Amino acid sequence: MSETSSVTVHAPGLAHHFDSYEQQKETSLLGMWLFLVQEVMFFGGLFVTYVYYRSLYPHAFNVGARELDVLWGTVNTGVLLLSSFTMVVAVMGAKHGSRGGLLAGLWGTIGFGLLFLGIKYVEYSSKWEHQLVPGLNFDWHGEAARGIEIFFSLYFGMTGMHALHMVVGIAIMFFMLRPAARGKWTPENHNFVEGFGLYWHFVDIVWIFLFPFLYLIGLASE
Amino acid sequence: MSEHSSSLMPYVLVLVGLLALTALTVLVALVDFGHPWSDAVALAIALSKASLVVLFFMHVKGSTPLIKLAAAGGFFWMLIFFAFILSDVLERTTLVSGWE
Amino acid sequence: MSTNVAAEASHPAPGDKPVHYLNWAYGVRSWLLTTDHKRIGILYLISITFFFFIGGIYATLIRLELLTPQADLVQPDTYNRLFTMHGIMMIFFFLIPSIPAVLGNFCIPLMIGAKDVAFPKLNLASWYMFMIGSTMAMFSLITGGVDTGWTFYTPFSTTYSNTYVAPVAIGIFVNGFSSIFTGVNFMATIHRMRAPGMTWFKLPLFVWSHYATSLIMVLGTPVLAITLVLVALERLFHFGFFDPAYGGDPVLFQHLFWFYSHPAVYIMILPGMGVVSEIIAAFSRKPVFGYRFVAFASLGIAAIGFLVWGHHLFLSSQGVYAGMIFSAISMMVAVPSAVKVFNWMATLFRGSIEYSTPMFYALGFIGLFVIGGLTGVMLATLGIDIHVHDTYFVVAHFHYIMVGSAVMGYLGGLHYWWPKITGRLYSGFWSHLSALLIFLGFNLTFFPQFLLGYLGMPRRYHVYPEEFQVLHVLSTAGASVLAVGYVIPLVYFLWSLKWGRVAGDNPWQAAGLEWHTSSPPPVHNFTTPPVLAPDAEPYHYDEELLTGTPSPELA
Repeated sequence: MSETSSVTVHAPGLAHHFDSYEQQKETSLLGMWLFLVQEVMFFGGLFVTYVYYRSLYPHAFNVGARELDVLWGTVNTGVLLLSSFTMVVAVMGAKHGSRGGLLAGLWGTIGFGLLFLGIKYVEYSSKWEHQLVPGLNFDWHGEAARGIEIFFSLYFGMTGMHALHMVVGIAIMFFMLRPAARGKWTPENHNFVEGFGLYWHFVDIVWIFLFPFLYLIGLASE
Repeated sequence: MSEHSSSLMPYVLVLVGLLALTALTVLVALVDFGHPWSDAVALAIALSKASLVVLFFMHVKGSTPLIKLAAAGGFFWMLIFFAFILSDVLERTTLVSGWE
Repeated sequence: MSTNVAAEASHPAPGDKPVHYLNWAYGVRSWLLTTDHKRIGILYLISITFFFFIGGIYATLIRLELLTPQADLVQPDTYNRLFTMHGIMMIFFFLIPSIPAVLGNFCIPLMIGAKDVAFPKLNLASWYMFMIGSTMAMFSLITGGVDTGWTFYTPFSTTYSNTYVAPVAIGIFVNGFSSIFTGVNFMATIHRMRAPGMTWFKLPLFVWSHYATSLIMVLGTPVLAITLVLVALERLFHFGFFDPAYGGDPVLFQHLFWFYSHPAVYIMILPGMGVVSEIIAAFSRKPVFGYRFVAFASLGIAAIGFLVWGHHLFLSSQGVYAGMIFSAISMMVAVPSAVKVFNWMATLFRGSIEYSTPMFYALGFIGLFVIGGLTGVMLATLGIDIHVHDTYFVVAHFHYIMVGSAVMGYLGGLHYWWPKITGRLYSGFWSHLSALLIFLGFNLTFFPQFLLGYLGMPRRYHVYPEEFQVLHVLSTAGASVLAVGYVIPLVYFLWSLKWGRVAGDNPWQAAGLEWHTSSPPPVHNFTTPPVLAPDAEPYHYDEELLTGTPSPELA
């Protein structure tokens, strides 16, 4: 009986169906990018809906956007960009075998992420107080109410979906802390950290587009 | 695929660029460029920021052609979605008046 | 992380039966926690067969009601639930997974010379997503079903329907992850896990068509996902996306829904085309004619298929110019499909034809696909569609593609690779008979529906004018023959597991890496990992393989 391929001794952290760390890394990277492609299409559906209704209700959208707090939105944009930077620090730490760098980066990203969500909570509460939550307490006295209600449906739908992705991301990072501290991710195999980093940057990119088109439209004209 | 330098400086520069572009997008929004142009400028700035994140933070700049194709492909496919739907809604809104 | 249990189990004691993926470990845990792509394929096989028969029960009730012009079997509301659940079960829980999740999972790593797919644990997660999603949909079924049509048009589905729309929508959403994970897995596998020497143009066309299918799964399914989220938000919280009462636009829903659901039909047909390429080559004893054309045609169908969704909105107040664009592109998508049909014909020409059961299914596929495809071009023609939209003409068209082609492709593939999957052969007589019954029953069921639609019978109606009854009776008669044809394979396949003749490595004497390992294959697919020579060809039929022995099917 000829030898089976499963008898070979495999290097630590190398899955049995891969022949080399290189193959494992390239494959895992490709897999993550393909997942992000589908995320692009997922959020793309929301952006398409936005473009569709903005074409139908341009004035209402501008009026609705004035109800959003540009200061908080700008601060949050900065917070998220900083969180992307700390994510880079984390990945670099893993790549160069620096447990401290990895942990500092993870904690930094968690911190900025929580700060972002905290600010979002403040914003959402304010919307609730001003009766701007569709389906729950929306009440607009003035013209273009329908278009404005749709604007807020999109505001909550888009930022809510984005926030949900952030919550998932932060939860995953909490689960990463212990393995990170124990040195699970080495320079040869830190695919999980790198892959997660890609996910986090993607979430940042979604906000990069959400911010100007929700918060800043009609700023000059209304 | 990756550089072996452990310097964070390139990334700090990218971060500074991103923050600067954010400030720019707010300032530009305070000026009324008229209907398609305000959006065009906002989109251009957002695209620049996204490109910085994709190329540098996500390491696409030094990556394999396949990864570059995946990154570009997803974005391109979303554009197709936009283009075709816009063809319908713009036809209906520009040819039919009195929507609001 | 997989253990090395397989290592010990793969060394049989002298005199023992050979160890393979089915017998190296027994027990529920070894199946429910497996990361072996072959076992996962079988898990899918069992689950989707269950949903096929559920969908079939709904079809039976529909056809029984339609025997008479009056509403005498079920209430109108019930009838709405019947066709809705039939569509949902068949499309989302049978057709979309069928070939990729069963045959693709099983065969692709074997065909490319790999030990497994790129992400084996993700593969298992994919099956669990399928099970969770389908269970949620079943919950809705048991509590009374949904009555919106599988297309969920708004605002009926979001505001006015009194049925459990949200659980079904969420179930389909979860099921979508099954598709997405499979698509990601297959693409990464085909890119990165090919054996040394296995270049892109040595891949079997089955692999090419699954690559194209995976592209669609990854690019299209998320749009359905977000659409279902918006439907759920509107239904539960009255976010006014699609309801005119809130300022929304129902046509937007249709755009979002069909952006996925049209490419979805290519998810359902491309794998079947891949199966047909394999079977035609094997039973003509010839390489597929125009290999590169067929390979690129798969990609072409996937790409162009994303640009035609508006042909479902011709009569939904979509703009006229947009409609014209969609009509023109819809005609273009017929071109790569036709390229494939012509290449299959050219493969058959001067081949050494063997009329095995898989060949019956493949030939049936080609003929019925031509009819389905041509009627599709008719529907793409704006002027015709105005008259036949929402009639039985459309119903007949898509059943010719989804049942006459896709299901027959699935059955053909199942019959072709059954010996590899199980190590057993099945009865040649009963398999040929059921293939024939399916072909005849199918045509008797659905050809009258073209006539019905053309004469004006609307779809989703349970009552109709007297003069349509003859055609409906023919259709129901055909459906009963079709049903018999579908049940017979269940019997002989199960029978073959215990009493079928042992198949051997390559009972069809076919080309392809999957036939160069044992039946059933070992846990890691190959005892020695294959390496391909630079001059290897994907369909290499030569004297070594041509031994002139008759079909080994006869039990």
